[in-house]
Amino acid sequence: MAECHPVGFQWVMEAKARGATVIHVDPRFTRTSAVADMHVPLRAGSDIAFLGGIVHYILENEKWFPEYVVAFTNAATILREDFVDTDDLDGVFSGYDPETGSYETTSWQYEGIAEPAAGGQREPSQGEDDESRQERGGGHEMGGHGASLHDTEVHRDETLQHPRCVFQVLKRHYARYTAEMVAETCGVPVEAFQRVCEAVTANSGRERTTAWVYSVGWTHHSVGVQYIRGSAIIQLLLGNMGRPGGGILALRGHASIQGSTDIPTLFNLLPGYLPMPKAGEHDNLDDYVATITSPSQKGFWTEARKFTVSLLKAYWGDAANADNDFCFDYLPRLTGDHGTYATVMDMLADKVEGYLLLGQNPAVGSAHGKMQRLGMAHLKWLVVRDLNMIESATFWKDGPEIETGELRTEEIGTEVFFMPAASHVEKAGSFTQTQRVLQWHHKAIEAPDDCRSELHFFFHLGRKLRERLAGSTLERDRPLLDLNWEYLAGDPDEPSAEAVLAEINGRHLTGAKAGQPLSTYLDMADDGSTDGGCWIYTGVYADGINQAARRKPGREQSWVAPEWGWAWPANRRILYNRASADPDGRPWSERKAYVWWDEDEQKWTGHDVPDFMATTAPSYRPEPGTGGVEGLSGDDPFIMQADGKGWLFVPTGLLDGPLPAHYEPTESPVRNPFYRQQANPTREVFPRKDNLQNPSPPEPSWDVFPYVFTTYRLTEHHTAGGMSRWLPYLSELQPEFFCEISPGLARERGLEHLGWATIVTARSAIEARVLITDRVVPLTIAGRTVHQVGLPYHWGVGTSALVTGDSANDLFGVTLDPNVHIQESKVGSCDIRPGRRPTGPALLTFVEEYRSRAGSTVFTGNTQRTPEGADD
Amino acid sequence: MTDQVAADAGWADPPPRKGFFTDTSICIGCKACEVACKEWNGVPDDGFNLLGSSYDNTGALGASTWRHVAFIEQPAPSGDFRWLMSSDVCKHCTHAACLDVCPTGSLLRTEFGTVVVQEDICNGCGYCVPACPFGVIDRRIGEQGTKNVGIAQKCTLCYDRLDAGQTPACAQACPTQSIQFGDLDELRSRAQQRVETLQAQGITDARLYGENPDDGIGGAGAFFLLLDEPEVYRLPPDPVVTTRDLPAMWKQAGLAAVTLLAGAAASFLGRRP
Repeated sequence: MAECHPVGFQWVMEAKARGATVIHVDPRFTRTSAVADMHVPLRAGSDIAFLGGIVHYILENEKWFPEYVVAFTNAATILREDFVDTDDLDGVFSGYDPETGSYETTSWQYEGIAEPAAGGQREPSQGEDDESRQERGGGHEMGGHGASLHDTEVHRDETLQHPRCVFQVLKRHYARYTAEMVAETCGVPVEAFQRVCEAVTANSGRERTTAWVYSVGWTHHSVGVQYIRGSAIIQLLLGNMGRPGGGILALRGHASIQGSTDIPTLFNLLPGYLPMPKAGEHDNLDDYVATITSPSQKGFWTEARKFTVSLLKAYWGDAANADNDFCFDYLPRLTGDHGTYATVMDMLADKVEGYLLLGQNPAVGSAHGKMQRLGMAHLKWLVVRDLNMIESATFWKDGPEIETGELRTEEIGTEVFFMPAASHVEKAGSFTQTQRVLQWHHKAIEAPDDCRSELHFFFHLGRKLRERLAGSTLERDRPLLDLNWEYLAGDPDEPSAEAVLAEINGRHLTGAKAGQPLSTYLDMADDGSTDGGCWIYTGVYADGINQAARRKPGREQSWVAPEWGWAWPANRRILYNRASADPDGRPWSERKAYVWWDEDEQKWTGHDVPDFMATTAPSYRPEPGTGGVEGLSGDDPFIMQADGKGWLFVPTGLLDGPLPAHYEPTESPVRNPFYRQQANPTREVFPRKDNLQNPSPPEPSWDVFPYVFTTYRLTEHHTAGGMSRWLPYLSELQPEFFCEISPGLARERGLEHLGWATIVTARSAIEARVLITDRVVPLTIAGRTVHQVGLPYHWGVGTSALVTGDSANDLFGVTLDPNVHIQESKVGSCDIRPGRRPTGPALLTFVEEYRSRAGSTVFTGNTQRTPEGADD
Repeated sequence: MTDQVAADAGWADPPPRKGFFTDTSICIGCKACEVACKEWNGVPDDGFNLLGSSYDNTGALGASTWRHVAFIEQPAPSGDFRWLMSSDVCKHCTHAACLDVCPTGSLLRTEFGTVVVQEDICNGCGYCVPACPFGVIDRRIGEQGTKNVGIAQKCTLCYDRLDAGQTPACAQACPTQSIQFGDLDELRSRAQQRVETLQAQGITDARLYGENPDDGIGGAGAFFLLLDEPEVYRLPPDPVVTTRDLPAMWKQAGLAAVTLLAGAAASFLGRRP
């Protein structure tokens, strides 16, 4: 966190000064480790074993928070009889189909839930025929809205003794995740692991809370979602959710990545975590809403129709009305996986004509850089909007493939348009950070020359397209022509960011309040009388005031600081904060009092905006069968969940298992110590000749790539370097690409400090200067030494930046997490050897020799289910 | 009184002496101080060279690096590994040798008690460079056209910002308050408390460096909390103002000169035919 988020890290340092214990679990010794109370190095890609070990410790030593767990989680909920866990199925859960590499998830369901849950089905990704791809894209329509349950009548045993209750299933699942197994899998000594367990459990309970903070070191994996799930189980067992000082905090890579998820740049989501509709399934609004929520389930997602209609009204204004389904037909439909990697493969197949890159440098920042660059060379046109002439804009003349002869400039038909971008100080707008707080920034200076804001670009692009289409009678042009497109306020050229914020917030369209901003998403209606571009942001422009621009100093308000910026939803600073009070509505302790039930006033009150129905008493119990918001009991704090409970076990919504199980990374020199199954059996694989994988045990010849490597950022640079490698003051601080290795690996491979090393995988070979440091420690895994190589990924090959170098992401292939299509780019296997890499066509031969020695074919590493007898 | 340096230098009713307290125990090595300093003061880059010295690639304080973050990898007293980080800067000495030796008057004691180079007066003679016991000040080397090339350069404690009642750029940018700016006497008491806190936590090697008015430079205007011996951070353990012995040296040199002159005269006299 100190390494990549130094400004936010000031609060960790402040907490430490006030007595907090800071533990850093990371393969790498970073600037965070330097000031932490304890650094725990572990093998990259082994975190589920680590987290599972903590779950084991909590259950084994009865360190869980019984009142919280029984009342607020699904620990008591009873599962179906046909659920079978990994221990009995060689590392897969019941419902696995080895033919498709996917689960049929009915058996994971709660007992008594009649129908199979929505979602959770997915066809395999093997091959690239359109049919299978369509299914794959459909697999995660859950987006962010949580899975629906088709019945609220779950069976519970609050003694937690029923053998099929979640608590007992959890106990059995993690029985083998002992400290010894953690040591064998992660390389963390038993004593160090015990210290972590003791610190975490000692700092949880009524009086204390523990927070988990993670970043892409947890998400860029073929099991990334399950890493976070592991942490969620710990936090629920210890009662650390919905309480001050608790939670699971995702640190985002850019200033507003949270914002670009809320109002998404993701292909499968609409604003506010509404799913993007699918072709053939969502022919009308009713169909669409029905797949988000079941009318009989509990919680706020039953209001999804109001959120959707308001969004459609924000998009299409007067054109959207009840008679035309509020223009629901105008929305694009998903026909499959249109994620970034699927799109690149479509480029290679000449299915994509044009591409817009906005502050993104995939030639350097995305996994399998070669595939990215070769794909872009197939485009007809490419628009790059950036601060600098990044490698993705210049690959056609100075990329690595020009040198190897794989691309020839004169043969590339891609027309590249470079649009210089304004930086954040040259435009107004909001950032949404990890705590969901929107903070407004005003324009400080005019952008130079032709540099323009994103808002300017898209507003005028829309304006010009609409002008071109004016008078068109074609049905297909209606969505563009009917758009609400009024954002100029005074300035004839630069659209008003505040006008966009007002539209996001939403307005009353009819009645006495017509024209007034909505105050809360509870104001939204499904009859077209309100609009609003993102329901979770409603309130940010309440009373016509830009609430995100509030900057009241902390010392002038309560410690929760509700008047600094604005947090979604409804300015709540901690989500699910009903859980900060006990089932009866009293604070768990005075020290941790946050939100509580006021018996005299008969309402919820406290330091924050209560995240609960304001007047629903703790003792309230709905009539059986009640759905929607009224279906939530007074002790159902997780109001967006279909049963109001925190999910230790996920009955529906995930594609790769209801509980996290340790799988090895798709490329690993270590055999999975837990199961026959080596890697995630549902990972998305792409068996293509241009995406060969290193073999991993039990496949033969895995030892051609005997080392683990991981990639990361340095404080001095920003991601793929577009914002830092063109600045002298940052470039001088980290001028060259380097690899970090231990003295032991240096001896083993004859590598010299400040000399050169060549790092090789089945995709490519890159060269880096060598830094030998005690910050990298060899790990003992299952009795043998495993070395790790650390690679910062900021550099790229080109001629425009002040500092250039090989790109670490060129080493990765494309293998994805099945739930969210994220690439596994934080861990892989490699070889490392002294000296510089070959140049020109000789580089291709060099890599080919490695592939040949490793016997890599399109099947290597791409068989999802590890075959029986594979270890023989 | 060492904190009356400005009055001693002739300023009437100067403001309280200003300085830095750099608490290295909470430095996270982000180098925001280096960048903010260069941005504000228009200091050019110091070259793009991988030094292999942990994460330090600017090497040392110099004409084009006025804040410098050192990274020290070493075994901790506990036996564990540790990574020390420390942002170094001009000490703004009470007894400043650079100021003493400057023949042009370019080096100036400001009303804030800091030591500043007036770049339009400096003639680039370089006398100040070897005079500094910390190796801080240096003449800028660079191609013709580089700003202030040949001129002696170092931290000004952001004289222009102090004039406007603002915090120096490095302290303003520091995310963890490792660099604290303020009135020197107040910083000293804050630092003393911090050392005591750390010592009470068992970090017995925590110490202040440069805060003592009785040391060889009369105490620094920019002092530090270190977690080990100064040498570990490549700081001189017992810095002494290099002009301390000048009066005595001049006396010796004068005697020597007289002796030489006498000898020369004698030799001339002796040669007279």
